[in-house]
Amino acid sequence: MMTDLSPTTSTVPIPTGPTPVIQVEDAAVALGGRTIWQEVRLSVQPGEFLAILGPNGAGKSTLLKAILGLIPLSRGTISVLGHPARRGNAAIGYVPQRRHFEADVRVRGRSIVRLGLDGRNWGLPLPFLQPGRAREAASSVQEAIDLVGATSYADRPIGELSGGEQQRLLIAQALVTRPRILALDEPLDSLDLRNQQGVAGVIRQISQETGAAVLLVAHDVNPILPAVDRVVYIAHGQVEVGTPEEVITTETLSRLYATPIEVLRASDGRIVVVGQPEEEVSYHAHRSR
Amino acid sequence: MHIALADTLSPSWDLVADIQILLHYPFMQNAYLGGTLVALTAGIMGYFMVLRSQSFAGHSLANVGFAGATGAVLFGIPPIVGLFLAGVLAAVGIQTLNLAAGRSRQSDIAVGAVFTASLALGFLFLHLATTEYAANVYNVLFGNPLGISAADVGIIFWSTLVLVGALLLIARPLFFASIDPDVAAARGVPVRALALVYLVLLALVVAVAVQVVGVLLIFALLVTPAAIAQHITTRPALAAAVAVALALVFTWVGLAVGYFTPYPVGFFITSFAFGTYVLVRGGGFALGRMRRRDLASSPGSRVGGAA
Repeated sequence: MMTDLSPTTSTVPIPTGPTPVIQVEDAAVALGGRTIWQEVRLSVQPGEFLAILGPNGAGKSTLLKAILGLIPLSRGTISVLGHPARRGNAAIGYVPQRRHFEADVRVRGRSIVRLGLDGRNWGLPLPFLQPGRAREAASSVQEAIDLVGATSYADRPIGELSGGEQQRLLIAQALVTRPRILALDEPLDSLDLRNQQGVAGVIRQISQETGAAVLLVAHDVNPILPAVDRVVYIAHGQVEVGTPEEVITTETLSRLYATPIEVLRASDGRIVVVGQPEEEVSYHAHRSR
Repeated sequence: MHIALADTLSPSWDLVADIQILLHYPFMQNAYLGGTLVALTAGIMGYFMVLRSQSFAGHSLANVGFAGATGAVLFGIPPIVGLFLAGVLAAVGIQTLNLAAGRSRQSDIAVGAVFTASLALGFLFLHLATTEYAANVYNVLFGNPLGISAADVGIIFWSTLVLVGALLLIARPLFFASIDPDVAAARGVPVRALALVYLVLLALVVAVAVQVVGVLLIFALLVTPAAIAQHITTRPALAAAVAVALALVFTWVGLAVGYFTPYPVGFFITSFAFGTYVLVRGGGFALGRMRRRDLASSPGSRVGGAA
């Protein structure tokens, strides 16, 4: 920003809009000697809603983890809010792909949301020494819980809650630091249709209310289709970025998969992809447990 | 001995007089001091143990202590040092096996194999040791709080100070890593390092607690109070406090009853813990059924039940 004031650049108008929150340049990741994907170029604007799609094993979660700084790149760079991606970045709220909490986890949801605020800090807070800070922390936790609509069950043991309720509380945990970026790994996975729509609605509402950029890994685009600005489609090591209308087409997907794929659009706007390679579909059917 | 004292030392309904009798002898003062300190740390450690579903690993760690204690006598070092060293070795072993096995059930089998092998090693050490120590094996297995010396109390005091200090320091990240290791790691919590630190602290707790309840009965102070506490409250800090309070009550009452009767203290501590556990779980189960029946009989329950 300071360099923009130098005389050589100040005369030249800068054509780009707001600075991107995430900038991925020519990135590649190799795990165990195998290149997962390469030549990824992506620039995410504030408040943008991106869906990361593709068959299982294509590296959707890997892309998210690379942005979080949990996986090193084999080539290229990723910068988050102007800095290289690093682990423990408080500007990113992260909900990893998960199984449910075991039924015997007898910790209330509110305490789990609170972990998002100060769970990584050493030592213990002393509420009687700093009552102001304790009240502030409690109100940010309550705000996040309200935002995902989990107020009625936030004090029940998390193990006893349904998958959708647990997912909402985990999103609240990711939200409690008011992150600029929300990274969600298959948050709709293993939810029934009603809860899928509910959680998708909550995520869309959050991105509108807080202005956070959302990166959401999904294997079905339909529940989130109304909210999605752009799609990152990963298949066979190749990545395609664009609006759903541009990317989820017969031509693009056939090229990505290197096999004939047909994309059908139902009258209600739902997208059906026909002819995905069989082995990848069956792989995903076994994966969920 | 007990029969001769029975007349003068029988409990009355006068609580103050009873406590005066209880704390009359130095060996009972030491037992209460040592027991209190051990219960304090065991309660907190136990909360994390239950949270991490590591009660089996903890139990195994205690059993490895058996080899440590018997080996220590054989090699002429203090038993508490042997217990701690064996525990640290076991902690590193369990951690390595856990990392190798991931979250699969295989880690339980590996831990079981290690702890059985160490029991066998302890058995060999016992065989090689002098016969006079062989009689002491009961103390290692079941504890002997009435045999705690003033020097022991000193060791227990400093260990407790280290343990409580370390636990307060790592409490929040350890809680985070126990509940949700993936998110904790993404937030910058050193999950693996904490797991190892936790197991080493557990080895220290076991080494000092063995004097009070022995390696076989240590579950009663480590796991049972924490398990009960989790059924009483879902607030983490409160649950840890309840676990400590329960461990203290079991120890105090167990020592008192053990003093006034000819039976061993470890039996009473364990039995009170178990009895309370059964009561709380049974009560919780009955309450849950009653609530479900209320729901089922109330109108409109089908809508609520379906959701």
